[in-house]
Amino acid sequence: LLNVHEDPLSPPSQRSRAHDTSTELQPMPTSPAMDTAAQDVSLFSSPMAPHLFYPVLQSEVDASSPLMYGTPSSRVEGTPRSGIRGTPARQRADLGSVRKAPQVDMHSEPVSESCCHSEQGAGQRLVIWGTDVNVGTCKEKFQRFLQQFTAPNSREEENAGLDLNEPLYMQKLDEISVVGEPVLNVNCSHIQTFDADLYRQLICYPQEVIPTFDMAVNELFFDRLPDSVLEHQIQVRPYSALKTRNMRALNPEDIDQLITISGMVIRTSQLIPEMQEAFFRCQVCVFNTRVEVDRGRIAEPAVCRNCNTTHSMALVHNRSAFSDKQMIKLQESPEDMPAGQTPHTTVVYAHNDLVDKVQPGDRINITGIYRAAPMRLNPRQSQVKSVYKTHIDVIHFRKTDEKRLHGLDEDGEQKLFTKERVAMLKELAAKPDVYERLSSALAPSIYEHEDIKKGILLQLFGGTRKDFTQTGRGNFRAEINILLCGDPGTSKSQLLQYVYNLVPRGQYTSGKGSSAVGLTAYVMKDPETRQLVLQTGALVLSDNGICCIDEFDKMSDNTRSVLHEVMEQQTLSIAKAGIICQLNARTSVLAAANPVESQWNPKKTTIENIQLPHTLLSRFDLIFLMLDPQDEAYDRRLAHHLVALYYQSEEQIEEEHLDMAVLKDYIAFARTSVHPRLSEEASQALIEAYVDMRKIGSGRGMVSAYPRQLESLIRLAEAHAKVRFSSKVESIDVEEAKRLHREALKQSATDPRTGFVDISILTTGMSATARKRKEEVAQALKKLIQSKGKTPAMKYQQLFDDLRGQSEAAITKDMFDEALRALADEDYLTVTGKTVRLL
Amino acid sequence: MPTVHDWINNPLAVVDGLFAQSNSSPDWEKKVVEYFKEKLKLNDAHTWVPSLNDVPLYYLKPNSLVKFRCMVQDMFDPEFFMGVYETNDLTSNSKVKCGKYKDITVGGQVDFNSRNTVTSERQTFYCVPIPGESQWAKEISFICQARVVPSTSYVPNRHKRSYEEDDEMDTQPQQLKDVRTQSSAESHGNTEPKRQETEAPSHDSSSAHCTSSLDLNFPLPGEKGPACLVKVYEDWDGFKLNDMLEVFGILSVDPALSVIADEREASSLLDPTEVTETVEEQRVHSPPPSLVPRLHMLYAQPLVHNNPLLPSSSEQSYLSSVLGELASVRAELHTYLTHVLMGDSLAAEYLILHLISNVYSRRDVLPLGKFTLNLSGCPHSSPYTEHLYKVIQQLVPSSYRLCMSLHNMNNQRMVPRKDYTANRLVSGTLQLANNTSLFLDETQLEQGQLDATGVRNITALGNLISWQKVDYDFNYHQMEFPCNINVLITSEGRSLLPSDSQVNLRPTLNPPNLEEYLSAVQVAQVPSQFNKYRIYLSGARALNYTISDEITKAVEEDFVEMRKDDPQSMSAEDLHRLLVVARLLSLSHGQNTLSRDGWMKAKQLEALRISRTQQQKSLSGNEP
Repeated sequence: LLNVHEDPLSPPSQRSRAHDTSTELQPMPTSPAMDTAAQDVSLFSSPMAPHLFYPVLQSEVDASSPLMYGTPSSRVEGTPRSGIRGTPARQRADLGSVRKAPQVDMHSEPVSESCCHSEQGAGQRLVIWGTDVNVGTCKEKFQRFLQQFTAPNSREEENAGLDLNEPLYMQKLDEISVVGEPVLNVNCSHIQTFDADLYRQLICYPQEVIPTFDMAVNELFFDRLPDSVLEHQIQVRPYSALKTRNMRALNPEDIDQLITISGMVIRTSQLIPEMQEAFFRCQVCVFNTRVEVDRGRIAEPAVCRNCNTTHSMALVHNRSAFSDKQMIKLQESPEDMPAGQTPHTTVVYAHNDLVDKVQPGDRINITGIYRAAPMRLNPRQSQVKSVYKTHIDVIHFRKTDEKRLHGLDEDGEQKLFTKERVAMLKELAAKPDVYERLSSALAPSIYEHEDIKKGILLQLFGGTRKDFTQTGRGNFRAEINILLCGDPGTSKSQLLQYVYNLVPRGQYTSGKGSSAVGLTAYVMKDPETRQLVLQTGALVLSDNGICCIDEFDKMSDNTRSVLHEVMEQQTLSIAKAGIICQLNARTSVLAAANPVESQWNPKKTTIENIQLPHTLLSRFDLIFLMLDPQDEAYDRRLAHHLVALYYQSEEQIEEEHLDMAVLKDYIAFARTSVHPRLSEEASQALIEAYVDMRKIGSGRGMVSAYPRQLESLIRLAEAHAKVRFSSKVESIDVEEAKRLHREALKQSATDPRTGFVDISILTTGMSATARKRKEEVAQALKKLIQSKGKTPAMKYQQLFDDLRGQSEAAITKDMFDEALRALADEDYLTVTGKTVRLL
Repeated sequence: MPTVHDWINNPLAVVDGLFAQSNSSPDWEKKVVEYFKEKLKLNDAHTWVPSLNDVPLYYLKPNSLVKFRCMVQDMFDPEFFMGVYETNDLTSNSKVKCGKYKDITVGGQVDFNSRNTVTSERQTFYCVPIPGESQWAKEISFICQARVVPSTSYVPNRHKRSYEEDDEMDTQPQQLKDVRTQSSAESHGNTEPKRQETEAPSHDSSSAHCTSSLDLNFPLPGEKGPACLVKVYEDWDGFKLNDMLEVFGILSVDPALSVIADEREASSLLDPTEVTETVEEQRVHSPPPSLVPRLHMLYAQPLVHNNPLLPSSSEQSYLSSVLGELASVRAELHTYLTHVLMGDSLAAEYLILHLISNVYSRRDVLPLGKFTLNLSGCPHSSPYTEHLYKVIQQLVPSSYRLCMSLHNMNNQRMVPRKDYTANRLVSGTLQLANNTSLFLDETQLEQGQLDATGVRNITALGNLISWQKVDYDFNYHQMEFPCNINVLITSEGRSLLPSDSQVNLRPTLNPPNLEEYLSAVQVAQVPSQFNKYRIYLSGARALNYTISDEITKAVEEDFVEMRKDDPQSMSAEDLHRLLVVARLLSLSHGQNTLSRDGWMKAKQLEALRISRTQQQKSLSGNEP
């Protein structure tokens, strides 16, 4: 029975499973109508693919065969199954029925004893070999599950548009009949809540239970909708088995069990056609015969059954049946990895329609059966390597990043937290000083800058995402952008590094090193496939995360310009090499900029200090200055803090690390499960705040607030509500948002000449007083020129000196130049070199 | 006599024996580990175990106990293996056997359906010799051990070593060696006649290791030595990438382990499981064992440092005993370095601080204790930096000189990268073990265009210096690996890379022939003197350090005071640096705690350095 190349090696799991003999099944009658299905019979021994045996079950079978599972009632003749009969069954390569043909060991294990357990009096209770699965009960249970299970609280996208109070899966069956895609995805957690025992069986014996499910669902389907026409029989694809979430946690006990792991696709092989059935034709009499692939081998018929010629049968390739198969390499997600180790990889096989469903780079959750097979050293040796090759036969793919195109991956991320953890986080959230606690836990090695830390904390939480596409406004930005500017050496970079390390989808770039392409995306031709591939840059990669940009001021204008779109519309448009698309880049930007003159000049405005276009600056919700306060008390605390940093013991450091983990979880939990909405009271407070802000300026003829500032306030207030795990934005949130916003403005938008906060510094790049002054100078200059009478041309220096002599305020060369430019704009004069001409 | 070394010659017999005794109770595995641990503890038994680092592979007996001092370069996927399996002979007697510590099953047809089969899990690490290990460290650590190879009669013959060192080191081990070779000849003379014949020691044993076309994936170019696939059976989560280990394990070199490529191709058509691995992957994961032996780990000792002159786990008690004569050693070392730095005693002072620096802790992202030194003002034309590197190489156990020439910057792979086709981490020059001295020679940099690789390399170097981490490139994402590398930059002007402190070299001597001068300085040092320096540097680094509350107060006061006068002169960053300098200065004097005096000295030192830098600035500012 053994063959050399691919031994029917049984699963190496510790539980040993006894097997029946396939030879017993040989003389099975074949019904002519059931061409393919019946062909399988000789191959698949009992535990596999029961639906394939369907017609067999109704015929006479050796009663001692383990195929006789099921209660007698399930084998009643005459049930209306015409629908199933008419629909071909498709082999489930994912269940590995072909290669996993069991072995016979007649000597050591008398079949009749261990195969069927006759149980207590009531009747025969048969279970599948080596398991405790009774097909009849299992089928019944599953049908009951399909008919009765409702998930009123389901938030999955798949269930969108379904009536959640009606049995969920019955609606899905209806959907199948409409769409015609004979695949039923079943959430394992649903089964678990419905029937824990069934769930356990599914996890432990997927190879046996899933075909039973198939059988059950097909019966049910064709009972309900006997007239439906499907391509093949419905296949059940369970997903979200809770067994394992992390690749690293896989161990020998998981072999042959249903598992779900998450990871990233790093490589996909080409399509591998796997022969399922070979077609032979006799060269002499043109007699055809089909041979099933048995454990990877084809038994070539030596003699033609029709004409008895020996060695006359030739394989006809294009009439043989193949199934698709693809090898996929999966690497564990970076988030799951312990520090200092390299990621693990796993081999995954996709079969049939799951082939080519994923691309390298995709983040996916896969559900499948974990397999292990021994390796031969050499085909001609009996020695084997004592190592097994492991792989996963995939049953279900679920892309995690695809969903990110539509919204946050709530389902995937929420489950990471245990109940205790959530309880702990909630307890923390209930504390009145949670906001202060969290902000002080943020980058503890950086001293003070409380407000900046608070701002960054709110940025980490983000606002609530709102969709106004229906009203034509598009998405409303929920991300908070922050700019830090200030003296070099005020640990801006350190803060950025910290944030980058804290958030799962963070990116860190330096303005100096990055190009527009590196930030956005570019199109590349794959050298192997000659396919155009879109490679995404830092901004797209940090979708739903934070993009930290250091040395923002060093960035080229070209590069900076791409940020305009990202920071307000949260999208990136690309038109390159025939690819035109818009990518989501819902990223918060945390940028740090140094002043142009290496030292912050308090006499200049923010814009003048960092020389960034105001159009970009106005897209930052908060702009903070990190300056050296130069105050003795501050110095003392700073010194204390720094010295403490250097002599604190290991334990204290350990404690802090714990804090960072809590902070991480806290943020992740709040981001996924808290979606605060404005309360009536908060809305009023916001309106008042905005009106107040506008009032401040209007007294002096300035506009001190724009709608953008209102939006910022709303975002900040929402983020603050998230910090409290509150589903409603209340007035305290608005208060804090106002305070923080004012604080940031006070730092960045104070007009150094007047000492007033002037938002126009940030929105137009110039304070209102400065603009007024500029106009005055221009007018004075004009008057001066007019007073000179009809002189078509003047010396530049002469004019400058005249103006200086005339004006009582000091006039700098810059101001003079600006005035000239203003007049030139009015078409009053032109400046050529050192002469000024009137027009 | 022969029984003494049975556990070294045939450790599998011990394993099988313990397994047979166990009656399939699972605690036999622990017993095995305990047994070998005990054996190795006994009177320096571990020195009898032959070392893979030194003895050429073909002299080692297969399935014997060997040790390997290495760094974990890559971690492969865990693998499942038959911990216990049953075989059927032709006579159909089935036997239960233990598969642990073995690569291949033995005897008969394996019964895959046996109830006795136990599947276990193990992890494979790809280990390479510690990158950049200095010649002296290799010589000292392997010399006394390699000579006492019990399983073979191999005697290494080293022509490279200088005679003084020979005299120094050999007195004691020589005798030991004689006894040992005799005894091993006695015990193995009969069983292994073939090995006796091959006894003739090869003149160039190291070249035998590297006659491969296979890329052994060493982090540094030009490295030699065996790479090894180490199979780990316990607690593999405790090991990290780039950890230094001394592994004791069972050597497995069965030629059947390597897969011959064309044979595979023929069979792959029929065997669907074999498409899981590409040819590249095969080559990496199943290289010929003659090049990359397998080592089944019984016990591994993590190495804090690889200085062979210090006990591997440097205990504080040992340190304090050694550091008694520390003051004099420090003074001598300082004089020596001053000579090397052409009479610049300040630079010598900073060089000592740099050499004993160590990232002792991290506060969120901030590494504490690093002290990157930028030695500016190095002469450009002469091979001065090369000599300086040689001096440092003589002092530290592992080091690497990276010439920052444009060609190197644009072409060298510094950041390790994951190769998904071969499924391995392709190493780069920045994959270094802890406390490796990285000597960046910026004097080699010329004007020109940096390409994308060059920019990436510069960024990586900058990150390494600022955050002591390297972002390994995993194609779809990056992964951050913290590191602890002492970076010394030599440059003409201020380095383009960041540094913790910049010292402008100011030679007081101007020897007419630099090369002659430097070699004269080196020769003047007695070799035993070098060993003192080496112990000093590694020892001072490992000392504990505290700051008392009183001093904390004083430092705070001082800071406030300094800022009162001129806030610009003293920023938070300056205080950071000053604290590190104070720490290193105290340690270099063997003091466990910061004293007021130490603080003042650190301040003076910094003041001196800063004034020199500023002078330099104004000088160079006037030049154009």
